[in-house]
Amino acid sequence: MHYFIGNLGHLFVITSFVTSLISVFAYFKSQFAPTEEKDQWLKNARISFYVHGLAVLGVVASLFIIISNHYFEYHYAYSHSDSRLPLHYLISTFWNGQEGSFLLWIFWQAFLGVILINTQREWEAPVMVVFGLVQAFLASMILGVVIPLIEIKLGSSPFILLRDAIDDPIFKLQPDFIPKDGSGLNPLLQNYWMVIHPPTLFLGFALTLVPFSFCIAGLWLKKYTEWIKPALPWALLNGGVLGLGILMGGYWAYETLNFGGYWNWDPVENAVYVPWLVLIASIHTMITYKNSKAALKSSIILNIAVFILILYSTFLTRSGILGDASVHSFTDLGLSGQLLIYLLFFTVAAIILSIIRWREVPTSDKESSIYSREFWVFLGAATLCLSGFQVIIPTSFPVINEVGSWFGGDLRLAVPGDQVLYYSKFQLWFAAAIAMISGTGQFFWWKRMEKDQVKKEIIPPILISLVVFALIIVIAKVYTPAYLVLTLAGVFIIVSNIKVLASVLKVNPSLSGGALAHIGIGMMLIGVMFSSGYSKVVSLNNTGMLISKDLPTEFNRDNLLLFINEPRTMASYEIEYLGERVEPKHVNGYVSKNDIDLTIDPFTVVAKKDIEFQGKKILNAKDTFEINPENTYYEIELRKDGKVAATLFPRIQINPSMGGFVASPDIKRNVTRDLYTHVSLPMNREEEPEWSETEETRVRIGQQFFVNDYVAVLESVTKIDRIEGLELAAEDVAVQAKIKITGERDSYYAEPIFLIKDRAQVGRLSSEINDLGVKITLLNIHPETNEFSLGLNTRQKDWVIIKAMEKPMINVLWLGTGILMIGFSIAMVRRFREFKK
Amino acid sequence: MKKSYIIAIVFIAAAIAIIISTAGNASTYVSFDQAFQMASSGNKNQIHVVGELKKDEVGNIIGIEKSADKLSFSFILIDEEKKEQKVYYNEPMPPDFARSEKVVVIGNYYENTFLANKILLKCPSKYQDEKINASI
Repeated sequence: MHYFIGNLGHLFVITSFVTSLISVFAYFKSQFAPTEEKDQWLKNARISFYVHGLAVLGVVASLFIIISNHYFEYHYAYSHSDSRLPLHYLISTFWNGQEGSFLLWIFWQAFLGVILINTQREWEAPVMVVFGLVQAFLASMILGVVIPLIEIKLGSSPFILLRDAIDDPIFKLQPDFIPKDGSGLNPLLQNYWMVIHPPTLFLGFALTLVPFSFCIAGLWLKKYTEWIKPALPWALLNGGVLGLGILMGGYWAYETLNFGGYWNWDPVENAVYVPWLVLIASIHTMITYKNSKAALKSSIILNIAVFILILYSTFLTRSGILGDASVHSFTDLGLSGQLLIYLLFFTVAAIILSIIRWREVPTSDKESSIYSREFWVFLGAATLCLSGFQVIIPTSFPVINEVGSWFGGDLRLAVPGDQVLYYSKFQLWFAAAIAMISGTGQFFWWKRMEKDQVKKEIIPPILISLVVFALIIVIAKVYTPAYLVLTLAGVFIIVSNIKVLASVLKVNPSLSGGALAHIGIGMMLIGVMFSSGYSKVVSLNNTGMLISKDLPTEFNRDNLLLFINEPRTMASYEIEYLGERVEPKHVNGYVSKNDIDLTIDPFTVVAKKDIEFQGKKILNAKDTFEINPENTYYEIELRKDGKVAATLFPRIQINPSMGGFVASPDIKRNVTRDLYTHVSLPMNREEEPEWSETEETRVRIGQQFFVNDYVAVLESVTKIDRIEGLELAAEDVAVQAKIKITGERDSYYAEPIFLIKDRAQVGRLSSEINDLGVKITLLNIHPETNEFSLGLNTRQKDWVIIKAMEKPMINVLWLGTGILMIGFSIAMVRRFREFKK
Repeated sequence: MKKSYIIAIVFIAAAIAIIISTAGNASTYVSFDQAFQMASSGNKNQIHVVGELKKDEVGNIIGIEKSADKLSFSFILIDEEKKEQKVYYNEPMPPDFARSEKVVVIGNYYENTFLANKILLKCPSKYQDEKINASI
């Protein structure tokens, strides 16, 4: 038992909590202290925040030591890792658990706090008061301390011992029991995106605190206008990082999960999407304020809203309130009360502060004409917020139901079964409106214009947009009204921003961030519209069987049953299932399960013969190599006009401790469309029907016979001297038959063994060929006629059920994402430079 | 009146419209009897029913039937008012289906049969159920 490291880690947690509170106190004091004491308080405050930062690093280090040294006496290591995980996945076990993800969040905020201390002389004290408070709240989530007298447990510590976390009888018998291995990392999370997506997302969460702190500091110190300048570059960084984090999550879902897309409108996704929308709105109003002294009040409201929404989403996803509403498993760590206090504290405090100061916040009395950029920015920001509002309401149904029940109501609201359809129906129009507003607003952004000038400026882009739009709808055959509007809006925002981009590049390329970001958004809209709106299931079943006699026939059957080596047609492809494969750990490629021998260790196998993959030899016969026995890949070949168009390897992971069975797709990527395939149901050998009754046949060497309709021939029968795993004495006799069976694609060898042991006992080792559903036993030898009796058993051939979808133009979405990120980066660099001046 | 007030009013109206239409389009958790009544009165909205799988005395799940081509299956769900209903689902049976404690089916009645468009499984939580495998 390694008690020390856990106690040390816990001590660090408590230290980080206490020091964050001390820094709040000292920073607060420094703000109001007389000048001679001010420096002393500031120094104390900084030291305590640095100690806080070091303590957070200490927590991270302690937890990492526990995970990387596989101290399974700790609950966190036991339930989130095992001893086989490579280093990069050991790192991702950090954020697999709730405590660890809080820790990641705390870590980023401590890091940002240190940067702010060193860059913001003037704003340091008030901003760090807010920072320290948030850090204290977050640290309390992993505190794991029971408050004496009132017996309330504060936080859930990541350093809790397994025996304290789980009530298992073994700990009564053996208090020092340590499991030999952990229960492992969820196979879905064993993906490189899961190493970088959560840190990016949590950096995005943490960054929302920066503009919020500046805003609160501005209200508090009555510096109503000055806070915008230092906050703006951070808000831009925030928009980029949070957006990137969200999209990484979408990309991971697309590659790893089997719901068939990158966005599922799941509460977890919505909970970060809404704050991002509001954040984007706040960036726009802040820039407007910098340029024309308007929209200050909306900037304040939006900045506060972003942070509150992040807290609300934390509450939604971690309190367990979503329960039935989400397919994600959220476990309530008993933190819901604490999370609620965290949420309410900052909501109430920020609202009260705003109300007190509201009258003093300067406003511009200028009436904004519809030819001014303020008008369009305001319109766009309001539409973004409405769009977010539409998402947050259904996402909050569980909360609404809960609150309703306090008042005796029984609401039972739920998001409709097809939540993607439900949300898209609304969001599509918002997206189109935002694109139209933003595309139009661009013309007023760069110069103030009068009516006649507007016509001259705006008509050419409109005409170009219409031409491009007409081309797209003719080529892509878009006829749905809603999609037409969205396409037009997407094209318009791209065209109008290309025009802006062209003129900005001539003047000053460092100003091009906005135009680029908007072009990216337009491309994303078009990419989303095509890849989701025109996504179609291509694995339609054409067997003509009905689901049930009682039901109408028009229901789609989206899955396709493939028997091994039996081609079917799907979309314009000929599709064929070729068998189960494993993936060697250190070699690129896949190996057929027929070509390996298992060993006692499930993670190690031996190659039966030289193994080629796509024409290249990857392993020699008798090579021992490592595999992950949880993973099976199903080789599926797609042919077009007789030529192989793609070979796909969708994966199934069997992991009973994580809920049984997990499917991941494989994607054939083309420039214009992806073909997305996943296994809906693999064959379970234990559930398969029994072998048929043994059919006996007598054959001579070289004689052909049929088994399960395949041609087979007995090639030879030879005496063998050793059998794997069996001791042979001198007088024992063993012979092995070699039977070649010609399958559809390959020839297989069945090698049953006939054995006479101790002169009397007869043993028979059958040989199975899974691909063909054949089992052959050497039953007897008839020396008098030179014949051999073979026992033949057959069963249904191997099969797999797959689902395949086509996703057109998805690359436009990914390309747009890239351009959006470049745009954010350019804009951010510009604003940071501006701040430094 | 200032233009900004007009815009504000328009947006408040839009927000109210969103609330109404969002709630109006929302589905609700109901029992099979309510769902049946809704369907017979012409309401085509998808509804959610929460229930448990039918079990025999010793706790084995009964009533699961897979189609011959394995592409769909049906099962018997008992809702919170103890009504039994045969539910059809047009997808292969998920392997962890029989382990689930609670099943949420989302779909509609077609005459006397219930067709699920989607099912959500609530499997025993990792944390509640966790027992240590002492043999490892």
